[in-house]
Amino acid sequence: MGRRDHPLGGRAELPLHAPSTQTDKGYIGQSVPRANAQRLLQGRGAFTDDLRFPRLAHVAFFRSPHAHARIRKLDFSKAVKQPGVIGIFDGRALAEYCTPWVGVLAHLKGIKSPPQHAIAIERACWQGEAVAAVVAESRGFAEDALSLIEAQWEELPVVVDMEEALSGKKIIHAELGDNICFKRELDTSGVEEAFAKADVIAEDIFHFGRHTGVCLEGRAILADYNAGEHSLTVYHATQAPHMMQDIFSRHLNIPEANVRVIAKDIGGSFGIKVHVYPDEMATAALSVMLRRPVKFVADRLESFVSDIHCREHRVRVRVACSKSGEILAFDLDDLTAIGPYSVYPRTSGIEGNQVVNLTGGPYKHQKYRAKLHVVFTNKNVTCQYRAVGHPIAVALTEGIVDLAAQRLGMDPAEFRRRNLIADDAYPYTFPSGIKFEQLSHHKALDLLLKTMKYPELREEQTRLRQKGVYRGIGLAAMIEVTNPSPAFYGVGGARISAQDGATLRLEPTGMVTVMCSVTEQGQGTEGIFAQIAASALGVTIDKVRVITGDTGVTPYGGGTWASRGAGIGGEAVLQAARALRSNMLDVAAAILKLDKALLDIQRNEVVDRLTQEGKMALAELGRVAYFRPDTLPMDFQSELTVTRHYTPRQYGFTFTNGIQASLVEVDPDTGFVKLLKHWCVEDAGTVINPMLVDEQIRGGVVQGIGAALFEECLYGPDGQLLNGNMADYLVPMSGEMPDIVCAHIETPTKQSQLGAKGVGEAGTAGAPAAVMNAVNDALRPLGARVTAMPFTPERILKALGKV
Amino acid sequence: MEHANDITLTVNGTQVSRRVQARQHLVDFLREELGLTGSHLGCEHGVCGACTVRVNGEIVRGCLMLAVQADGCRVDTVEGLTDSKELSEIQRAFHQRNALQCGFCTPGMLMAAQDLIRHGRSASRERIREHISGNYCRCTGYQAIVDAIEEVLNGKA
Repeated sequence: MGRRDHPLGGRAELPLHAPSTQTDKGYIGQSVPRANAQRLLQGRGAFTDDLRFPRLAHVAFFRSPHAHARIRKLDFSKAVKQPGVIGIFDGRALAEYCTPWVGVLAHLKGIKSPPQHAIAIERACWQGEAVAAVVAESRGFAEDALSLIEAQWEELPVVVDMEEALSGKKIIHAELGDNICFKRELDTSGVEEAFAKADVIAEDIFHFGRHTGVCLEGRAILADYNAGEHSLTVYHATQAPHMMQDIFSRHLNIPEANVRVIAKDIGGSFGIKVHVYPDEMATAALSVMLRRPVKFVADRLESFVSDIHCREHRVRVRVACSKSGEILAFDLDDLTAIGPYSVYPRTSGIEGNQVVNLTGGPYKHQKYRAKLHVVFTNKNVTCQYRAVGHPIAVALTEGIVDLAAQRLGMDPAEFRRRNLIADDAYPYTFPSGIKFEQLSHHKALDLLLKTMKYPELREEQTRLRQKGVYRGIGLAAMIEVTNPSPAFYGVGGARISAQDGATLRLEPTGMVTVMCSVTEQGQGTEGIFAQIAASALGVTIDKVRVITGDTGVTPYGGGTWASRGAGIGGEAVLQAARALRSNMLDVAAAILKLDKALLDIQRNEVVDRLTQEGKMALAELGRVAYFRPDTLPMDFQSELTVTRHYTPRQYGFTFTNGIQASLVEVDPDTGFVKLLKHWCVEDAGTVINPMLVDEQIRGGVVQGIGAALFEECLYGPDGQLLNGNMADYLVPMSGEMPDIVCAHIETPTKQSQLGAKGVGEAGTAGAPAAVMNAVNDALRPLGARVTAMPFTPERILKALGKV
Repeated sequence: MEHANDITLTVNGTQVSRRVQARQHLVDFLREELGLTGSHLGCEHGVCGACTVRVNGEIVRGCLMLAVQADGCRVDTVEGLTDSKELSEIQRAFHQRNALQCGFCTPGMLMAAQDLIRHGRSASRERIREHISGNYCRCTGYQAIVDAIEEVLNGKA
């Protein structure tokens, strides 16, 4: 374990265990299967759509068929007479119950966006924007009525192309003056000089297709307003219950304490379920209006036009190098389109901002210039989806680095070795201003090349090329934002918590309940919290129960996003467990009339610290503390419920690093790419559960492969989504996916006792670049090159000049 | 109720009779009428496989079959095959290997996996990947699922 490398000596050696547990490493670093998977395996999960409520009403939304149109008239007269219909409401009716919002943040200087309502008023700005809500006794009745709503539209000019949006010839929101949501420029100075003296300049334009999350469970919300106590309970498939509690409270004008958000089982999230969606706000507002529970579950077709999309960037990037292969400077110009609104409350400026922050990040050049324009268009909105900005920054960096290596006639692995920031150079500040605590690029590169047997693969590639088989090997080094501090959102005014808390309670039977504000959508969060708590307390893991996802139960916190669950929530659990353990030993010392320093807790028992002799079961400790405290000294009060919180503060983000490789075979006759194998070396700090970490990486890699080869939301010139269903929008299926080999370097962060960094987004961040470089490596002898994701057979054949 | 039909079928070994609307598909029937919420709806157009159930011994997309078409049939869902312990081995393998994350695709994936297990003696990884290629999983990347099925099918530890 890398914990031994921890610079703080003794604490690092056994960071999670009681002092005398040298023989027992606890559960940290073990692949413990997670307990909460059992109910899901038996079909006994509780997803929002599985809940049953008396007087439950269902809402379906009438959505704009046009990308940009004025609502002349909505006639509900026929629809409202349909069987089972409870009511039909337009934007003005909803606005009586729900105030609008504006998706801006103060630290993204100059970002602008118009007010957005739960249901559009006057104008629809993308195809799929909800303009009316039908509430009925069943979803079927609601959909029947939808078809009888008569709408009169006045179609308005549509802005679909982002270059056209930037030109400002047609302005979507006249009151904003132009179509620019946000722009940023960064210049370290010296970039022009670096390019002037460069021996080699590589330059290209990369396109990134707009794609989306395709969570298998559609967005889901069941809002239950109780007029008798003016309270709102929301069962919500959300990653951030406390953020939503605040938002429901403020926009529906209900005191925060009267709003409870409960996130039970959630069928995938990936960033899709961390935003404020107008139709979900409308559902909550309808519950208040109708004083009864109301449910909305997005079906697949409306998911495609209303779940946030992401990416859609066009970037010109160039790199200057010396003859010896030293990178001198990076220069980039990113244009990205976000739809007609910046999404609330995280904004849609973050992805482009991350591209500026992160491009070139693994390398040691000091000259950097970047320009970013984020523009409005009449397509569905985009916002933060898994790995936010990283897939673009990594692909730009690694794509152009490969081109430079090619121009220099240098092996891409060797080129990277010459330029990666040295492992002993930390702490380090990158020219964009981001700070790295401790990264391990060179160790990771070495481990990757060894794991994948790089020289042998290159030899095999050469051999096969002589037989007309075109294989390619692609590398992608990366840095990744994890464990964000308040610098991400809080400093910009967003009421999004950067701290999280954990409450641990010893139950009378000696069991332990953990309540944590970080949420679970399948990552295994609850499982690792049980591992951390059990290890730190000295109890077996079967004694630990974990509760997450309920604002009425857990401490306050941010939830799950930006690879923060293990690093921030896990540290809160660790701190709470250590405090509880100390309090348990106080009780034991009082009962046993022994010095606390002589006692320890091992395997659910208070033991003699030196001899390990059993003194008292925790069940006995609990019995006395809860039911016979009269037997304890008069001045002693047990405290067997403990809460601790944690906020990362020393660095804006706890950066991680990693490197991936992809091996592909391209068929030059069909343009098909066959994925043969994929490797990922990641440094996520302390690994709490190796199996769960590897599975996060594998799942992330496959989402990245989807972006590279399959997924794109295609729009026509009229702003109509052309492939908004699962038959036409391709996602990775098992038949095409490769086996993925994972390996780890462990450099624990010194900011926390646990030392864990995030890993949930690493796979998605690096995979598109690795696949792109592999495809281009395969195409190189054929004189072809692709730079527009996804790399469909059509695009590859076009690059080969065959179609 | 218009276009309603009386149907009688055997669900997880128990005979049930209901009057159903002609347009109601099988999984809505299982979920809404019988409260068997283990079978999930991911796309309702026959692509994702989350609604896979067994009808008369064959796996079908529960969203592409109407409830009235199941009249007289035997329908088995993840709840029933859990209680009968038919799925025990594959569930154990999924659990040990973390072959599920959010768990939304899992009931359908288990039905597809068990279909291969009960009909085949052994299968290559490619054959396993092909067999479950009609079941979409957004979380795992499939490798752990393939590993789990391979373990049960071929007795690999």
